[in-house]
Amino acid sequence: MDFTIILQAGIASGTVLLFATIGELFSERAGVLNLGVEGMMLIGAMSAFSTTIATGNPWLGVLVAMLFAGIISQIHAFIVITLQADQVVSGLSLTFLGAGISLVLGEGLSKAGTVSLLPNFSIPLLSLIPFIGKIFFTDQSILVYIGYLLVPLAWYYINRTRPGLHLRAVGEYPSAADALGISVFRLRYLYVFVGGMLAGLAGATISLAVSPGWFSELTTGGQGWIAIGLVIFAQWDPIRAAVGSYAFGALRRLILDIQGPIVLFGFNNPFYYNPYLGFFLQMLPYLFTVAVLVIGSREAMRKRIGAPAALGNPYIRGERGK
Amino acid sequence: MTESSVVTKKRPSIRIRVEPRLQEPPAWYPAVVSLGAIIVALILGGVLISFAGGDPIKSYQHIAKASFGDIGVISDTIVKATPIILAALACSVAFRMKLWNIGAEGQFIMGAFGASAIVLAPVLPAETSRWIFIPVMMVAGMASGALWGFIPGYLKAKFNVNEIISTLMLNYVAVAWVNFWIFGVWTEGGFQMSPKFPANANLPRLLEYAKTYPAFRGLTTHLGLLIGIVAAVILWFIIFRSRWGYEIRLIGDNPHAAKYAGINITKNIIWVMMLSGALAGLGGMSEVTGVVHRLQTAPIAAGYGFTGIIVAWLAKLNPLVIIVASILFGALILAGREIQPSGVPKMIQGIILVCLIASDFLLRYRIVVERGEE
Repeated sequence: MDFTIILQAGIASGTVLLFATIGELFSERAGVLNLGVEGMMLIGAMSAFSTTIATGNPWLGVLVAMLFAGIISQIHAFIVITLQADQVVSGLSLTFLGAGISLVLGEGLSKAGTVSLLPNFSIPLLSLIPFIGKIFFTDQSILVYIGYLLVPLAWYYINRTRPGLHLRAVGEYPSAADALGISVFRLRYLYVFVGGMLAGLAGATISLAVSPGWFSELTTGGQGWIAIGLVIFAQWDPIRAAVGSYAFGALRRLILDIQGPIVLFGFNNPFYYNPYLGFFLQMLPYLFTVAVLVIGSREAMRKRIGAPAALGNPYIRGERGK
Repeated sequence: MTESSVVTKKRPSIRIRVEPRLQEPPAWYPAVVSLGAIIVALILGGVLISFAGGDPIKSYQHIAKASFGDIGVISDTIVKATPIILAALACSVAFRMKLWNIGAEGQFIMGAFGASAIVLAPVLPAETSRWIFIPVMMVAGMASGALWGFIPGYLKAKFNVNEIISTLMLNYVAVAWVNFWIFGVWTEGGFQMSPKFPANANLPRLLEYAKTYPAFRGLTTHLGLLIGIVAAVILWFIIFRSRWGYEIRLIGDNPHAAKYAGINITKNIIWVMMLSGALAGLGGMSEVTGVVHRLQTAPIAAGYGFTGIIVAWLAKLNPLVIIVASILFGALILAGREIQPSGVPKMIQGIILVCLIASDFLLRYRIVVERGEE
């Protein structure tokens, strides 16, 4: 068991969580909780795979995945922004809807064969750095490198630019933003769309790069929900979101790889001899998510950092407060 | 340009305006809106089915025939509705307090596990009387489900951990937990299932009484239906006629007022999550002893907990309406098994929920159509 290889693969599978988490982060920063990430990821994974099989062009697959998931996200946007319905229930319904649509349109795709995947390559020079170069910059999918770029860009955009300031204002104090002439409704629609596109990209990352193929609902296996948990852990900050995503990616890989070798650290590997113990390993990502939530929530309570103030509340013009 | 505007000036124009409702709408109105939402959902679902290469009218005809066509399939529909009733009751009581328990699925699975453990451990010997077996298994199922609801409830009350994520994560843990037991400990010849339960441990079914009442021949409806109906009635009394129910409703409607009224919110969060888990666990017990007759993951973790969310919402969280709504969804799931593509029932459930939520707008706002000269 080579740890550099596990970490290298972990970065790749963490990229899935990264896109989904940053996407949800944008949406929540604008004040819209979207619990439909899992559904949008399924839509993205299915449409990316299906488009790539039909056209042979994985880039077209990525594009279609992002657009389709973005369009689906607008259903949620319409229901919670315009119709002012409860964001929790609407987001849940989006997960059902996304799963259902992707199952219907993805019928038969699991036997459709293999597709041409997105290219993998190494970064010259950077890949020569010992240890780090091997993990981060050697033979990774192009989407992994896009992920590296997305994190600082998202941080800079949210914290240091004018549109980013508007985004935060809309999520923290929409009536003040409205008074300043910022269109609360338009921006919320926009960032829900951004969140949807990134969730679609996360889905495409699974089906075209990390574990290629379409395996119905098992394709995502709850990663959309883990992403929502990570946003809370990240305290709505892209850098912390990246740390959490990559750590979870590495954990997922470790669980897969730990069951392989006969001898582990000089001992007989219990997971090799008793394969059913693997079910306890399968629980780990989900138990870790709960643990991470406890840590994040306690820290938030202590430091008095919280969610964007208007998160979960519809904005109704002319109503007092928020 | 100017000419055309002159023309429109003379025509009577229709303007549509949206304004908030100031009075409660009449009692029949929410039901009509919900029904309308379902009809719209079925139309949208039909469009998507034909887009995916299916025939929507045939699909719907098939659903109607395969679920209400004769007494035999009606009985099967009721069997499918039974676990949904209990799962939806579980969701409804938590949602009433705005506690988003998405973990009815996991609590359902743990309930099935707890009930099965009575037979498989074994806690009671196989020849135990049915009338001892059933109550003990009910208690075990409810206790296991309540434990699975207690964990997120405690984390929410103590550390303010988001219950949506924690309950959902525990669903996956429950599946892995049951898989461990049926693969590793209670496996039947290496298959992913436990041995069949002794007949005494199964809930009685109508077909067992066919000798006395020939009309019951072949009917699989089991005691779980009665358990579900009794649970719904009890829950209705708790919610609408008891002090505890009043507290739950007040916390849901206005947590600040509840706090100032001296209601202990922390304690209520934990108790309501446990009640919710116990109801879902009872559903799991009913399914494993009434239908599956052995512990096996696939038929137990079939999504009843998630369907329960939609049904609870459709029934506007009213325990008695849940019974009716569950039968509709039981029909959809029963008949949907044979429809191609196989994701159709799930998709239609999703569309129904989307339309229901969107239709709530009509309860809060009225749409005024004005005619007049512009």
